[in-house]
Amino acid sequence: MIANYGYKDGSGEYYISIDTDKCIGCTADRACLTACPKQMFEIITDDYDDEVAWIKKPNCRTLAYDCADCKPSGGYTSLPCMTACTPGAIKHSW
Amino acid sequence: MNAEVTAAPTAPEKKEFWRWQENVWVDETKDWKTAKIITCGIDVGSVSSQAVLVVDGELYGYNSMRTGNNSPDSAKNALQGVMDKCGMKLEDIHFVVGTGYGRVNVPFAHKAITEIACHARGANYMGGNGVRTILDMGGQDCKAIHCDEKGKVTNFLMNDKCAAGTGRGMEVISDLMQIPIAELGPRSFDIDSDVEAVSSVCVVFAKSEALGLLKAGYTKNKVIAAYCQAMAERVVSLLERIGVEEGFFITGGIAKNPGVVKRIEKLLGIKAMDTKIDSQIAGALGAALFGYTLQAKKAA
Repeated sequence: MIANYGYKDGSGEYYISIDTDKCIGCTADRACLTACPKQMFEIITDDYDDEVAWIKKPNCRTLAYDCADCKPSGGYTSLPCMTACTPGAIKHSW
Repeated sequence: MNAEVTAAPTAPEKKEFWRWQENVWVDETKDWKTAKIITCGIDVGSVSSQAVLVVDGELYGYNSMRTGNNSPDSAKNALQGVMDKCGMKLEDIHFVVGTGYGRVNVPFAHKAITEIACHARGANYMGGNGVRTILDMGGQDCKAIHCDEKGKVTNFLMNDKCAAGTGRGMEVISDLMQIPIAELGPRSFDIDSDVEAVSSVCVVFAKSEALGLLKAGYTKNKVIAAYCQAMAERVVSLLERIGVEEGFFITGGIAKNPGVVKRIEKLLGIKAMDTKIDSQIAGALGAALFGYTLQAKKAA
């Protein structure tokens, strides 16, 4: 399952996608939990009883601001969450 | 001075144009007393609450009503309404699943499941196993969901940060135009020529813009059409983010508004699947079906 967390508003689309098929049985030892400086990731049991990561609810509505530190306007080459997630489950839409 | 003082005229009774039809329905052809498994799904949404009864895996009855200011009471009232209609008691129900915005506040629920999974399961029941893309236009959020032939979610996204493209936005326009909400859709087609969508993406600004259009000489129908077009464009952009597959199904209250549905279909080039079941109960129906599966597993 591809779970998209975030929002679209007048300023743009801000979604973090988590591919739960790659997240189940994580081979990166849940590195996303500590990699994110804002600690936005959390492990939950989803509706199909799988243990997967998601974005904490309050962060889903403030992603553009929460991720700003990792995305400086001068540009960036990598993001801590995506680098830590070696199975490649995490993607950003912006 | 001998001024005559007269009482101020009483304010006219305020009509609630936004108020949509609340429904209670029970399938009179079935007898729940002979059933092996009775389950219930309660969807406590931000605007409406539904209680659905499923008897041996089949839809038996439902109650759809407005959510009050207290989620547990809304859940109780919704369930009580349908139980009263068929003479059932809470003890007769084997499994209750709560869903929606207030799912954790359903005091008698055995389990809480997200509305995303429940809408997919409900749409699968209502539209058949050909349903692949679901658009849920709820009271205060909008969800785009992909599911497989069993109604299991494969991709989803949700927008609950802004009320544009939601039922609440339509209620605001209904009140502003002073036209009952059920008439907005049909009236949006009663225009001479196509109109451009209201440009604002925010409900509050869209309301101001609609007022401006009225002052500029637009008819009410043209303003409604401009708003329906804006809602359609808004949700289509959401749908396009996850892609639209054949087997397109719309749930939620806005599915009853042809002014929005027809415009979405036109923008996507796909016709939404038809159903005879109230589109507003999809989440609660899915919750009750999840309950049926869980109870059947438990009983096996």
